[in-house]
Amino acid sequence: MNLSLGPLLYYWSRDDVLAFYEEAKTWDVTRVYLGESVCSRRHLLRLPDWLALAEQFAAAGKEVVLSSQTLIESESDLKMLRRIVADGRFRVEANEWGAVRMLSEAGVPFVAGHTLNIYNPETLDVLAGLGAQRWLPPVEMSHVTLAALLERAPAGMETEVFAYGRLPLAYSARCFTARHYNLPKDDCQFRCLDHPDGLALTTREGEAFLTLNGIQTQSAGVYSLIGELPALRKLGIASLRLSPQSRHMGRVVEAFQAALAGETGAAEKLARVMPGPAVDGYWHGRAGLEHSTEKHA
Amino acid sequence: MPLELICPAGSLVSLKAAIDNGADAVYMGFRDNTNARAFPGLNFDEAQAAEGLRYAHDRGRRVLLALNTYPQPDTWSRWTGAIDRAAKLGMDAVILADAGLMRYAVKQHPALRLHLSVQGSATSYEAVNFYREHFGIQRAVLPRVLSLPQVENVVQHTDVEIELFGFGGLCVMVEGRCLLSSYCTGESPNTAGVCSPPKAVQWTDTPAGLESRLNGVLLDRYGKDEKAGYPTLCKGRFAVGGETYYAIEEPTSLNTLDLLPEMLKIGIAAIKIEGRQRSPAYVAQVTKVWRAAIDSVKKNAAGFKPEPAWQAELNKLSEGQSHTLGAYHRPWK
Repeated sequence: MNLSLGPLLYYWSRDDVLAFYEEAKTWDVTRVYLGESVCSRRHLLRLPDWLALAEQFAAAGKEVVLSSQTLIESESDLKMLRRIVADGRFRVEANEWGAVRMLSEAGVPFVAGHTLNIYNPETLDVLAGLGAQRWLPPVEMSHVTLAALLERAPAGMETEVFAYGRLPLAYSARCFTARHYNLPKDDCQFRCLDHPDGLALTTREGEAFLTLNGIQTQSAGVYSLIGELPALRKLGIASLRLSPQSRHMGRVVEAFQAALAGETGAAEKLARVMPGPAVDGYWHGRAGLEHSTEKHA
Repeated sequence: MPLELICPAGSLVSLKAAIDNGADAVYMGFRDNTNARAFPGLNFDEAQAAEGLRYAHDRGRRVLLALNTYPQPDTWSRWTGAIDRAAKLGMDAVILADAGLMRYAVKQHPALRLHLSVQGSATSYEAVNFYREHFGIQRAVLPRVLSLPQVENVVQHTDVEIELFGFGGLCVMVEGRCLLSSYCTGESPNTAGVCSPPKAVQWTDTPAGLESRLNGVLLDRYGKDEKAGYPTLCKGRFAVGGETYYAIEEPTSLNTLDLLPEMLKIGIAAIKIEGRQRSPAYVAQVTKVWRAAIDSVKKNAAGFKPEPAWQAELNKLSEGQSHTLGAYHRPWK
């Protein structure tokens, strides 16, 4: 089982993004997902910038995957998608079915992302026939359902599980960050830049609940499967996806590597650098915001 | 025929109300989690479905079956069984979201007409055409996230008929890509066919006001003069940056009567009314207004203006008594 660094879901300054990936070159991850998968208005890095980063990671011996946009709305979104597919140097992660169509027409192998809604082996088999070589289950899938699915998974299909980070839960045409600032989406003034780990949403009694990240809504709780490595291994999972956060990401990777190596104290190491409370309810077939050691009230 | 009127049928009584008031077609679900309105007391068993089909077909109308949740590996046969039953009953189309299930339907029942559900999250013509090429879908229902010019761009680049939501509950998130409900309760539309399920709802009168909770999470607290609505997760009031407000969406409904001429012009095949969970009286009233409006716009698109009586009637029925044009109207975003 190896580690993947998931796509950056937040909007950071160009310098911060470049510094993050400069550091990431030294991290013990097998695979790096690059590119803008959340909002088409985020442009501090353009496609050539992402491709340049991709070349650097490839030269550093990492596998590179370009992650495509999850919500496609406009012709210019499609144009961007076509450019990504046409580049052809790197594998692409399809996060909606328009990308699946383009990638299968191009005849290139691809990664089937977690928003394709692959809930059963038949759908996974459809994707395998179209060129998917690696896939991610929906983040809400439990280990029991995943086990049942994998019993009949197509041969050779690699499974990657979202194993760490705030859960990407929903996508909208509306930008909730812009809404918070009473700005129209078309003139959002890029307020996401002020919230490098998203904008916290709590209930009226102060309970951390969700995180607003532009058009994406994430959990407030930080999903972590660091305690589930034996089960993940038993299922034959190929890779664990770690989703970027603005601080201490290198230490997150170290904690997971320590856990993979069987060192004790890895979970405690991780707990010290998590930006919110741990959750793992989904993995256990319960509400996502629950944690296995404490049942939500 | 452009601008067909597709109405919700949560029960046989609702089905008849929709047909009697002018629906061109109704959509229904079987009584289990194979559809996205898996509420207790709702939906059809096989005998009721057969009777509904008879009632509709006798009057020259059609029945569509929603099978728009995502089949789970250990209960796959529940979904394929539903497809088989739909074909046997003579459903005019099945509305599907899952690619694996589409493949099954095409293979086993090649004559069965397929519609792509809104839960399939297809927001571009590339996605719509994918389902056309691989599974021969005839119609796609678009998520409520595109502006009308974006919808028009889809229509212009596909042979697939495009159906839009016209009235009723408003999902602010891309349908099929929203897990807020399962994050809070363990059940999502994708897997369980429910959003903010009634069994997780709790109402409590407190000194601070009436509180609505979903699996213990406080969604809202109402003052004395405030009207409390059904606690749908995305329509609660939350605190962000020290401010408490409807951080995701107000409790409002979609109402696109004003956009009918535009929808006719860009070639929308059908308008869908949300609300299989609503009463037969609601279905009757909404269907009646929309029938009159669609007939009127087809007769004279240039001179079309929604009658104040229609709007008043629909406003009375709307959640929170207010309505919005949603994403079709760009400033909403």
